[in-house]
Amino acid sequence: MSKDIRIKRGLNIKLKGAADKILATFNPPGIYAIKPDDFKGINPKLVVKEGDEVLAGQPIMFDKNMDSVKFCSPVSGEITEIVRGAKRKLLEIRILPDQDLKYVNFQAHSPSDLSREKIVETLLESGVWPFIRQRPYGVIANPKDSPKSIHISCFDSNPLAPDVDFTLHGLEQEFNIGLEALKKLTSGKIHLNVDGSTNPDKAFTGAKGVQINKFRGPHPAGNVGVQIHHIGPLNKGELIWYLYPQDVVCIGRLFANGKADFTRIIALAGSEFTKPRYVRTLPGAQVKPMLADNLKDGNVRIISGNVLTGTRIEKDGFLGFYDTQITSIIEGDQPEFFGWLLPDPNKFSNSRTLLSWLQPNKEYVLDTNMHGEERAFVVTEEYEKVFPFDIYPVQLLKAMLAEDIERMEQLGIYEVTEEDFALCEVVCTSKIPLQSIVKEGLELVRKELS
Amino acid sequence: MKAARKLLDSIRPHFEKGGKLEKFYPAYDAFETFAFVPGHTTHAGAHIRDGIDLKRTMVTVIFAMVPALLFGIWNVGFQHFTALGTIDTKEFLDLMLFGSWKVLPMVVVSYGVGLTVEFIFGIIKKHSINEGYLVSGMLIPLIMPVDIPLWMVAVSVVFAVVIGKEVFGGTGMNILNPALTARAFAFFAYPSWMSGDKVWVNTADGAVVDGYSGATILGNLATTGTTGSAYADWSVAEMVIGTIPGSIGETSKIAILIGAAILLVTGIASWRIMLASAVGALTMGFIFNLAAPHMITEVQRNFMAIPYWQHLIIGSWMFATVFMATDPVSAAQTPTGKLWYGFLIGFLGIMIRVFNPAYPEGMMLAILLMNVFAPTIDHYVVESNVKRRLKRVKAVAQ
Repeated sequence: MSKDIRIKRGLNIKLKGAADKILATFNPPGIYAIKPDDFKGINPKLVVKEGDEVLAGQPIMFDKNMDSVKFCSPVSGEITEIVRGAKRKLLEIRILPDQDLKYVNFQAHSPSDLSREKIVETLLESGVWPFIRQRPYGVIANPKDSPKSIHISCFDSNPLAPDVDFTLHGLEQEFNIGLEALKKLTSGKIHLNVDGSTNPDKAFTGAKGVQINKFRGPHPAGNVGVQIHHIGPLNKGELIWYLYPQDVVCIGRLFANGKADFTRIIALAGSEFTKPRYVRTLPGAQVKPMLADNLKDGNVRIISGNVLTGTRIEKDGFLGFYDTQITSIIEGDQPEFFGWLLPDPNKFSNSRTLLSWLQPNKEYVLDTNMHGEERAFVVTEEYEKVFPFDIYPVQLLKAMLAEDIERMEQLGIYEVTEEDFALCEVVCTSKIPLQSIVKEGLELVRKELS
Repeated sequence: MKAARKLLDSIRPHFEKGGKLEKFYPAYDAFETFAFVPGHTTHAGAHIRDGIDLKRTMVTVIFAMVPALLFGIWNVGFQHFTALGTIDTKEFLDLMLFGSWKVLPMVVVSYGVGLTVEFIFGIIKKHSINEGYLVSGMLIPLIMPVDIPLWMVAVSVVFAVVIGKEVFGGTGMNILNPALTARAFAFFAYPSWMSGDKVWVNTADGAVVDGYSGATILGNLATTGTTGSAYADWSVAEMVIGTIPGSIGETSKIAILIGAAILLVTGIASWRIMLASAVGALTMGFIFNLAAPHMITEVQRNFMAIPYWQHLIIGSWMFATVFMATDPVSAAQTPTGKLWYGFLIGFLGIMIRVFNPAYPEGMMLAILLMNVFAPTIDHYVVESNVKRRLKRVKAVAQ
């Protein structure tokens, strides 16, 4: 049974600098890093020290809240540095890779012959498990739970997002093996949510024993939270697991080759790249080699992830564990003379108070300027236009600000995470930091109820 | 532009922490951010932001009011010279000059007093000065009779900004529409200056023509049950064009419709509220049409019998619906809530207008009343969403 769903409310922000469909290769980057901050809600405990030699797929740390969830090295090499911040907070574990990567051997096995326990164990031991996250909260799934269903969003509708069909091309076999393993994890269905306005890659259309749902419409149609909401909204007490196609490929490789091979294809996109394109790399790779000879002059911001939900990193920073793109945009730190009065045609607005609505197909070069100062909630019905949920966003946000857990539950907090409010945050006239509010609200509910 | 930047940068240290004028930082900040949108960049959450901010929103509303303001200025002159019987000898420019001489001081007083109060509160409470008053400051002169003394405007503004807004925490926190709070204050504090047939047209210097009456259409309706008087029988065309006595900005329906178009195209005002208010007003007008023959007094029979659609071009229904009911802070906030809110404003506004001759215009009271009820309306709308969610859980549990 397949569902065909049209998302009406949303917004595609067209930016300049989409990645050309060229797969570039780089010399192996200098170093890799595991960043505990990539994993929401974990309490990391190191199991290595500086100077240790590790193999790819060997544990670096685990989560004290869920001992069995391990975070493994993507490469073999030497732990060169453990970076800590204020109060000895663990920031980065840096690894200098070997010339030829050596892998921990997990036995190759067809997942259909394995028991659920064995599959879970292999995923946990190899460090692949953290790819599997859960709704509510958007945190790493608890291996002891059994989810209602598993959702895989097979397209990315974010601005400048990589083309998932391109990144998955030719990987049908691994993808299918990965799906076989996932089928053992749930008694419910596996949902593949594809873009209904294109012809999805045959990795998706050829998948067996899954439900394929077609989504059409503007961003956030590709957000898994929106997809879950429209297929069968999450109720209190229910659990859904989700992951992304390249994560499934990684699971597939684990069972096909017995190696924790985290290789993925990411997009380098954004107005400040001279050669926006795709590269094959590993999570935690330093971005420096990818940026070399590829950035325009000027004050540029590098983002691991997309412009809506990504994390700002330095030019020698590292690709986030879950991220599939590196974005570069201009830092807009210049004051604008009467910027609120003059309708600058290069400014983008979802409202019609600027000129951008007259040029709907224009690709914008947007910077990081706030374009105004923070104010109280004034304008209404603004978030609703880009928030395709049967939820009242402002009321939910106010419940979060008031730390009223019961009200948050009533208003549907289990159905959303930060990323679902990213567009609301962009279009907000009052410049309210919505994603931070949602993050804190979710954190509060998760802590109180666990 | 560079000179302005240099000046601001050079005086900035005085207002920052440790500077002599540290306390006045909100005032400095207001001027600086007025001239320059600051170079603040995103630090958390989304990395790009929409080009709109509250200043842009507010200035768009002010643009939308300009046609009503300009027509209002002209009409003040037109009514004045018509009353004196010298209209034939006057040029367009004379009318505009006289109107400006009467109206601009009100605008200046409104902004001057209102912004001063805002600055004082900003400095005392150490919050940045909000843009909300930019719109209220223009609305207040437009909803006053031309002959109101300037000090009354000033007192009303102080009341509206302090009691209507700042005690609740400033722009975005207020329950009542600040501009209407000012008008309601003036109306109840100085009723003789706010109603009757003497205040709508300035006739201060010189004798009026024989039989002249400066009564508004609603004033006539309440006393005689007809739109006109012995002096003038106002036609539909005059009501639409706006060459009639009334509050400064409310008379020209064409000017207001231009403003409405700006607000609707830019999406700043809610079409739901405007449409629902029209439906509400027409419904009430229609009910009155049906009930008219059964009324006791002749005045009331006549008043109720005016064609139901004429309620939309009489009095301030249109101005209030376009510029006052749509204030997002004091209106209902949910899409469904806005329909109820708008409908009841139109419905009650016309009801008060017809039933209560003490208040010749009901829109002000209707909107203030619905401002108070807006959170209740939203409550029921949001509760139905909550119930839907609970029902889903129960359906799964079974």
